[in-house]
Amino acid sequence: MGSVWVREWRAVVRNRSAIINPVAFVFLGVLLFNLGSRSYEESFDGSALGMLWVLVLIANLLALDSTFRRDFESGLLEQIFVSAEVPFLILFLKVLMQWMTTGFLISLLSPLLALLMGVPYELLGNTFVALLIGTPTLSFLGAIGASLTVGMGRGGALLALLVLPLYIPVLIFGVDVSQSQSIALTEISSLYWLFFISLASLTLAPFAILLGLKISLAMD
Amino acid sequence: MKIKELWHRLGSPRWFFYYSGAWVRFFGVFALILLSVGFVWGLLFAPPEQYQGNSFRIFYIHLPAAILCQSLYLAMGVGGFVLYVWRMKLADILIAACLPLGMSLTVLALFTGAVWGKPTWGTWWEWDGRIVSTTVLLFLYIGIFAIREAISDSELRGKASGLVAMVGMINIPIIKYSVDWWTTLHQPATFTLTEKPAMPIEMWLPALVMVIGFYFFAAHNVLTRMRAEILRREAKTAWVKKLAVKMV
Repeated sequence: MGSVWVREWRAVVRNRSAIINPVAFVFLGVLLFNLGSRSYEESFDGSALGMLWVLVLIANLLALDSTFRRDFESGLLEQIFVSAEVPFLILFLKVLMQWMTTGFLISLLSPLLALLMGVPYELLGNTFVALLIGTPTLSFLGAIGASLTVGMGRGGALLALLVLPLYIPVLIFGVDVSQSQSIALTEISSLYWLFFISLASLTLAPFAILLGLKISLAMD
Repeated sequence: MKIKELWHRLGSPRWFFYYSGAWVRFFGVFALILLSVGFVWGLLFAPPEQYQGNSFRIFYIHLPAAILCQSLYLAMGVGGFVLYVWRMKLADILIAACLPLGMSLTVLALFTGAVWGKPTWGTWWEWDGRIVSTTVLLFLYIGIFAIREAISDSELRGKASGLVAMVGMINIPIIKYSVDWWTTLHQPATFTLTEKPAMPIEMWLPALVMVIGFYFFAAHNVLTRMRAEILRREAKTAWVKKLAVKMV
């Protein structure tokens, strides 16, 4: 298991653009939103947080295809299934590494990003926590969609169609936690929902990913 | 032993075709009767609602459409499960058959809900739990449709749509319990298994007739589509050729 993690880590480190791209996309999106909504009142109405979350969702969507693509094309994915190893663990670590390069990085940078979107100072902490808890779900549920479309040439729009409906609960609860005024995290009910979705998807999604990859591998 | 034998017999396209013929006619005839009775009863003879007047009558379409679109998705999810566990081709045919009617009924439920909402609650649309999760259901239907279009190999297409159907099943309890978890536009359920309905009998009886009528219609529609697909797939076999000769 350690060697699998080290392998994933090396694959990421040697392919720096996989890290830079999602983060750069979110920064670019923040820039675009600021340029696009030149309103002259200073009021914050919560829509900025929603837009930030949507940007995170889309950035995750763009980074999903690369989760399995390289290993699919090099044949390593088939080896995972024919070997004696437990595919669950390997897939789990693979998706976890994908999260580390997208959701995790974005949530670390989220206080800065939220500030750039005009979010008031008091909400930055809750935004960070919401993104940290919510983004693993995005990676794992998205990996289910990615596992089905990796066998197809241009899965692009199909991937978005499959994955975005699954992202909607995370968006709803995540925005609710981000906008919550309370400092005490235990009082925010949506955070419990977010945790529940997160843990459920972390534990159950790899089974669906397994089935999806079997389908994709049988397609060519 | 009998149940197991019946179950495996059901997986044979030929046996299913012969067995479902009578059921299709039964469901069709009774759907016609129940739907006509229900329509007329609900639109003309049911009493007007206390505050909404006559505009509430669209409920007699909205309720069965909403119930059916969820049931059809459940059928697809169960079909996906049967496909993976028992490897029955018929389960894939079931998923394909439930898809068109399920999508249409979801759109109908959302549309009739919007039409009902405007005069009654003053809004075409609200982002409340039930409406959002029904919209998600519509996108799940569209997603299954899209993935069926994208894969040409029949067995893999069945497996992929079965997988998406199973993963999306988590949405059904969310739709059902969203009215209990959040208080927004939709009110808590009028009909439960344990208590008396919060509605007088003259109003919910036509609704019951409509729901059963819709269920029978859905069964008729799904079975007809399944039979058509079986004939299409098995066109080269002897029993289908004999059937075609007999029908001509």
